[in-house]
Amino acid sequence: MEKIIDCKGMACPLPVVNAKKASEELNSGDVLTVLVDNEIAVQNLTRFGEHKGFGVSAEKKGEQEYAVIMQLAGTPAEPAREEEVSCVMDSRRKGMLVVLSANVMGTGDPKLGTSLMKAFVFALTKQDQLPDTILCYNTGAYLTCEGADTLEDMKLLESEGVTVLTCGTCLDFYGLKEKLAVGGATNMYDIVERMENAAQIIKP
Amino acid sequence: METEVKLTKLASCAGCGAKMGAGTLAKMLEGFKAHSDPQLIVGYDKSDDASVYVLDENTALIQTTDFFPPIVDDPYLYGKIAATNALSDVYAMGGEPRLALNILCAAEGMEDSTIREILRGGYDAAYDAGAIITGGHTIKGAEPIYGLAVSGFAHPQRVLTNSNAKPGDVLILTKPLGIGIITTGAKADMVEKEVMDRIYAQMATLNKAARDIMVAYDVHSCTDVTGFALMGHSYEMAQGSNCTIHIQVDKVPYHPEALELASMGLVPAGAYRNRDYAQAGVSIRKGISLAMEDILYDPQTSGGLLFALPEAEAEACLAQLKQTIPNAAIIGYVTEKEDSDLVLE
Repeated sequence: MEKIIDCKGMACPLPVVNAKKASEELNSGDVLTVLVDNEIAVQNLTRFGEHKGFGVSAEKKGEQEYAVIMQLAGTPAEPAREEEVSCVMDSRRKGMLVVLSANVMGTGDPKLGTSLMKAFVFALTKQDQLPDTILCYNTGAYLTCEGADTLEDMKLLESEGVTVLTCGTCLDFYGLKEKLAVGGATNMYDIVERMENAAQIIKP
Repeated sequence: METEVKLTKLASCAGCGAKMGAGTLAKMLEGFKAHSDPQLIVGYDKSDDASVYVLDENTALIQTTDFFPPIVDDPYLYGKIAATNALSDVYAMGGEPRLALNILCAAEGMEDSTIREILRGGYDAAYDAGAIITGGHTIKGAEPIYGLAVSGFAHPQRVLTNSNAKPGDVLILTKPLGIGIITTGAKADMVEKEVMDRIYAQMATLNKAARDIMVAYDVHSCTDVTGFALMGHSYEMAQGSNCTIHIQVDKVPYHPEALELASMGLVPAGAYRNRDYAQAGVSIRKGISLAMEDILYDPQTSGGLLFALPEAEAEACLAQLKQTIPNAAIIGYVTEKEDSDLVLE
């Protein structure tokens, strides 16, 4: 199917907005032609098309008339997945930092503390707004290492765009260096900076 | 906040994106008759942020004006941002604003209460800056416009032009980039409210704190990053100083949302004009995504200060800035003139 939309006379960003809407109603293999009246709209539409993975070409048809032709690509599932990823990204709350300073939650019976911590990390995965970053230090380092019952949830959080970091000194101290199974290691300088820059720190 | 008419829908350009390109402007002003005056130490020929006229050995008068169409629907915020942006040019010269005049164009369909809110925003910004609004001029027109004409003062020996960077200096930028792209994205309803609140708060923040810290150091050169973007303003600084400015792209602070929006094609026209203006003088030494380049060329409304100071003082200055301005960063350095005016690395 071919579709032509006329965006001549439209101010930025309307050509891109209209092209986005039109492309969402089309399928792979369809061709979308967007008519515009200025070079800047051509360049913005080219960026848009390339971002979506479409084949893009542009031609100048007259003094103030350009056509941007987009060959829609990818199976319909692909753009959908892309949407999904960007939704997940958006669900992270900017500047929210979760600090896990121990492998138990609260003081008291360690068995209870361990299961509370597991429940806490699990509950984190279920929040509408995920944290930006999770920082683990001291015995908190165990939570991101092999054998931890929090590991699966940590991996899930990481796959949803959350940055998971564990204190390198702590990994060394507890002999966990080879066992870190999710995210990266970090240093005190970075930990301090992240705490300073956080809009919100959650510490169970 | 709800208003009768969405202010931004009355505007065809976003904020400083409405600014005429530097190249176009230079051509337009070519060949006019003008008096010369030795007391005028910074005039139009320097492409600086404001003019500077020496009144006596201790006092230099700094004058500037800036105004633009609405970039936000909340009239109070619009007024505050427009005034903050106008006041910034005085800070960029190392001075302190004292007197200001309103410049206002009210469009058909704007309620008196809306106009009053715009002005209230302007008065609040001026008050925080320690300046007095002494009057102004209001007309009716097709598009709303608001801004200020500002007068300020500095010691003539402490005026910071944009054309005095020295080899060995490093560059500090005090606000993250991406404002033009994100406000363009907002017009397409593609930006979360939370992000916009962050952007508006940044634009409504005076460069006063940055200026007050900066002047305690041996700063050689300063400008504010506005309509001509980081690239355009750095280009002017490099050319005026007869140096080459190296921008360390990985160190440049920006709002992360701008990267995605730029790659989606939500790049304001001003960014393309800035690219046309500066790119002949730019050499690129590493792989930079097109979207990141767009951010470097993105026109900023009420952007941060960009200043050059000796490397030996930079860390101390940055540490002091970071106490109140956490996003401030060292973003590059200055060398003797090389083949190009700007190097992205």
